[in-house]
Amino acid sequence: MAEAIWLTLKLAMVTTLALLILATPLAWWLARSRSAWSEVVAAVVTLPIVLPPTVLGFYLLIALGPQSPLMAPLRPLGVRTLAFTFEGLVIGSIIYSLPFAVQPIRNAFRGVGERPLEAAATLGAKPLDVFWSVAMPLARPGFILAAVLVFAHTIGEFGVVLMIGGGIPGETQVLSVEIYRAVESLDWPQAHLLAGGMLAFAFTVVLSLLLLDRRAVRRSQ
Amino acid sequence: MSVIEARFDGLLGDFRLDISMSPPASGVTVLFGPSGSGKTTLLRCLAGLTRLDGRLQVAGEVWQDGRNFVPPHKRGVGLVFQDAVLFEHLSVRENLLYGRRRRGLGEDASFGEMVDLLDLGPLLQRRPTRLSGGERQRVAIGRALLSEPRLLLLDEPLAGLDAARKAEVIPYLETLKTRASAPIFYVTHDVAEAARLGDRMLLMQAGRIVQTVELRGETAPDANEAAWLAERLASVGTDELIAEIVLSGASRTVARLAVAGLTAELKPSAPKNSPATRIRRP
Repeated sequence: MAEAIWLTLKLAMVTTLALLILATPLAWWLARSRSAWSEVVAAVVTLPIVLPPTVLGFYLLIALGPQSPLMAPLRPLGVRTLAFTFEGLVIGSIIYSLPFAVQPIRNAFRGVGERPLEAAATLGAKPLDVFWSVAMPLARPGFILAAVLVFAHTIGEFGVVLMIGGGIPGETQVLSVEIYRAVESLDWPQAHLLAGGMLAFAFTVVLSLLLLDRRAVRRSQ
Repeated sequence: MSVIEARFDGLLGDFRLDISMSPPASGVTVLFGPSGSGKTTLLRCLAGLTRLDGRLQVAGEVWQDGRNFVPPHKRGVGLVFQDAVLFEHLSVRENLLYGRRRRGLGEDASFGEMVDLLDLGPLLQRRPTRLSGGERQRVAIGRALLSEPRLLLLDEPLAGLDAARKAEVIPYLETLKTRASAPIFYVTHDVAEAARLGDRMLLMQAGRIVQTVELRGETAPDANEAAWLAERLASVGTDELIAEIVLSGASRTVARLAVAGLTAELKPSAPKNSPATRIRRP
């Protein structure tokens, strides 16, 4: 059980961190681009919300499998497949939770608007400087929301994990899968313990992040 | 005397800006005209925030021509927006220092001077969200000036303020005008502001400058700057604008002034049966 808890936390943390890094430039572009292409990209990014996790998991299984052309570049490194591995699970989680990261950050960047950035530019800040010193701090609530959503979403993910990870203890058997196993084998006490624990944990994480943010907002006023 | 040479010609949606001007690179140049006449767009072109075809040379330095376009952060312009646009995540002190640090300057003697000049001392630790409209505007003006701009652009800095707040900020602008070494462009559609602060006035209509009016030589009397401005406007030949000025003979108060499509009701109007001068130039 401890193994599954650690694995789940590790997956959620790695996914959250990776998504904050990946989603930021994407959200920035989506918030500012005037090209119609940005809506096409936005639609692709949003797809994981409407697709059944099994569909996403199925395609990921193929894409990360030994026959996949996407895996060809990794073959010289001795990696044949990422299916049923922790790395594969991370990739799946990133794609599955992408909209939960991109959407809040995109909205936050939009909310900042053009004018503070223009003010900063006229004051001598180079574009990258403007981004770090003005756009990012002003969009902070969007980043916090994105982090909370991705973290919670990854901990709760089940369908995609089952499809591409199976349930290899220590490698891919996360809590949601372990709960499913426990219920299937009629181990109700174990299921209760894990399910109740997850509920309490999720609540604590979300609440403490919200409280942290409230304090930060108060201090900034 | 060095001049600012600007020529812009281009479309923004349906709006066409077609500007050619070369005002002196000193003092206050007021851009005056109704909403939608292109005042703000012209300021944005000067700041490099909007790019239209043209040429811009400020005090001998080319900021824009056919091949070159100096981006805003390399121009050294101080821009004050109508609604201040302070950085809400930074204290007033950090706002004031934002541009200054990026020019390699810090919290030195002239920082202190500017803080005193604009009475910002008591506000330094505060967040922008805790400031009144007038205070925000003073901080915005200070922030722009402290970046040691080579050109200062003020876009209706008083338009969002009520009369009391306006009266609070105007004296600071008057002081600043005598202290600032950089040339100032001041956008307004308020006659009194234009008369009190301007050295010259460019009247704008539908994206073009239709008239240039020199305002200095003598200073506007405090009591009735509008009457004074009215006479000034009447003394220049006006083709495309209508200046309708009603002067009551004895007290020379102005009842109404219409310039470039803007009408301003001013000062107590003359008694009904007093002899009035009406100047109308169609």
